[in-house]
Amino acid sequence: MSTPKIQLVGLQKEFDLGGGESRHVVDDVSFSVQPGEFVAVIGPSGCGKSTMFNIIAGLELPDAGEVRVDGQNAVGQREHFAYMPQKDLLFPWRTIVENGALGLEVQGMPKKKALERSKQFFHTFGLAGYENSHPYELSGGMRQRAALLRTVVQGREILLLDEPFGALDSLTRIEMQNWLQGVWSEYSWTAVMITHDIREAVYLSDRVIVLTARPASVRLELEIELPRPRELSLVTSPEFVAYEEQLIEVLHEESRKAFAQQNGAHS
Amino acid sequence: MTSLENRKPAPPAAGAVTPAVRATRSGPPSKPAKKKRTRRGSFWGSVLPPIVIVALLVVIWEVGVSVTGVRPQVLPAPSRVVVEGLERADIIWGHTLSTLQVTLIGFAFSLIVAWIIAIAIDFSGVLRRGLMPLLVASQTIPIIAIAPLMIIWFGFGLLPKILVVALVTFFPIVVGLIEGFNKADRETSNLLRSMGAGRWKEFTFVRLPSAMPSFFTALRISITYAVVGAIFAEYVGAQSGLGIFMSTQKNAFRTDLVLAAVAVTAVLSITLYLLTFVIERLVIPWSFKERKARGDR
Ligand SMILES: Nc1ncnc2c1ncn2[C@@H]1O[C@H](COP(=O)(O)OP(=O)(O)O)[C@@H](O)[C@H]1O
Ligand SMILES: [Mg+2]
Repeated sequence: MSTPKIQLVGLQKEFDLGGGESRHVVDDVSFSVQPGEFVAVIGPSGCGKSTMFNIIAGLELPDAGEVRVDGQNAVGQREHFAYMPQKDLLFPWRTIVENGALGLEVQGMPKKKALERSKQFFHTFGLAGYENSHPYELSGGMRQRAALLRTVVQGREILLLDEPFGALDSLTRIEMQNWLQGVWSEYSWTAVMITHDIREAVYLSDRVIVLTARPASVRLELEIELPRPRELSLVTSPEFVAYEEQLIEVLHEESRKAFAQQNGAHS
Repeated sequence: MTSLENRKPAPPAAGAVTPAVRATRSGPPSKPAKKKRTRRGSFWGSVLPPIVIVALLVVIWEVGVSVTGVRPQVLPAPSRVVVEGLERADIIWGHTLSTLQVTLIGFAFSLIVAWIIAIAIDFSGVLRRGLMPLLVASQTIPIIAIAPLMIIWFGFGLLPKILVVALVTFFPIVVGLIEGFNKADRETSNLLRSMGAGRWKEFTFVRLPSAMPSFFTALRISITYAVVGAIFAEYVGAQSGLGIFMSTQKNAFRTDLVLAAVAVTAVLSITLYLLTFVIERLVIPWSFKERKARGDR
């Protein structure tokens, strides 16, 4: 087996809540991602998925453990990852093409060149004709595609997508998953995607990682051995349903724990 | 995939945009004419009621004065205010220019100070903790007491008036800017940092533009304070200006001329206030459009 693109080794994170209290959020998370692999991460809400992402992306430092990229220590390094946050965070003062170019401009590319680079992706992302529109003129699905475009344009080695379609209605979400699946088979980026949608996880990824209730650790890794490119009809196939059932069972067990945890904390 | 590319938001009003027109445009469909009409309608809708109310009050006032026969030193009729005011239009205009000068210079000074303070505070938590109490304290200074002292310290020239104007206007701007900078939340900050931005780039790419709407709101509040501040500073002592004009006319029992100056002040304030909207639309057209789009949908 080749060197993994990303390796997480025993990540730990605790937040100081003040007043001598702390919250253990990430507990001994270890897994690897191969080059060109698409890995989905699911876990109960509030379990520490976004925190784990922030650590991978170099935005937070782990208390213990290591992030390796191509076998090299990459703790606190940001240059390997393009990060797509949960909210689209498109800037209302920038047009869509300018929003797309944000990362490149921040990295010091001349504006004109950055805009050109950004424009090249508009066709693939189904945004042609909207280069000079402002975010408020776009539908939810288009905004999300624009946010993904802004992520991809940066040309970084690894994409980190935090619930990219979480805010969309279910029809738009299915359309987006379908679209992403298609684009994926062309580009085969290395990516990790957080989602709370089991179907989405199975449909899009090569492997699904289930995290436990807080503090998050890896509860289950499941290889998804479904052929690509995947069609929407695949969703009803017995293989697909079998994967789903397996994940639902584990995830719901963890969700129940998370729920009990929250209620315990409030009473 | 092709079906996705062709998806465009439905035109706001059916039938207003023909397919041919849509096909020639590269961007989203143009807004149909109907929208424009409602916008103009809402303009008159917001301008007309106050005009009607003011006109009504003036009529009641005019009739009231002539019915009761109250002396003009106590309450002159609005017609008298206009006639006497117009007779001295040259003089009042000169004073208005003085006041406008004080207002604008003082306000410009205030803006510079406010921006420097707000940016410094945005970059430094220590400065925030150190400066904020002082800034709040500065707002508790009674201007009635400090304005005459300013004249004792700095004379009858421009300086004390500029300082009074700045003192009454900088605080809302500082607060508006600080709050505006903080509109960019942690997630936005994380996004920028993930792209490789340091604190300065985070400021110029996000915090500064996000602050502009709050800045203009603050600007609107404080420009009206600026006029009042300038007039107050002149009232206490000046060579020219609407403030000193009001003061001398009051001492001569020329209530009509005092009220004429008050009317000019009101017009001046309102003009400057409305000007902030114009400037806002020129500087941050996106904010206006976004708000409108949100309201429409
Ligand atoms: N900076 C922080 N300080 C304190 N607690 C935090 C911080 N960031 C996240 N948390 C807490 O850590 C837990 C996990 O958060 P998060 O990683 O956002 O969960 P998820 O993305 O899985 O929903 C939550 O309980 C959250 O309140
Ligand atoms: Mg999250």
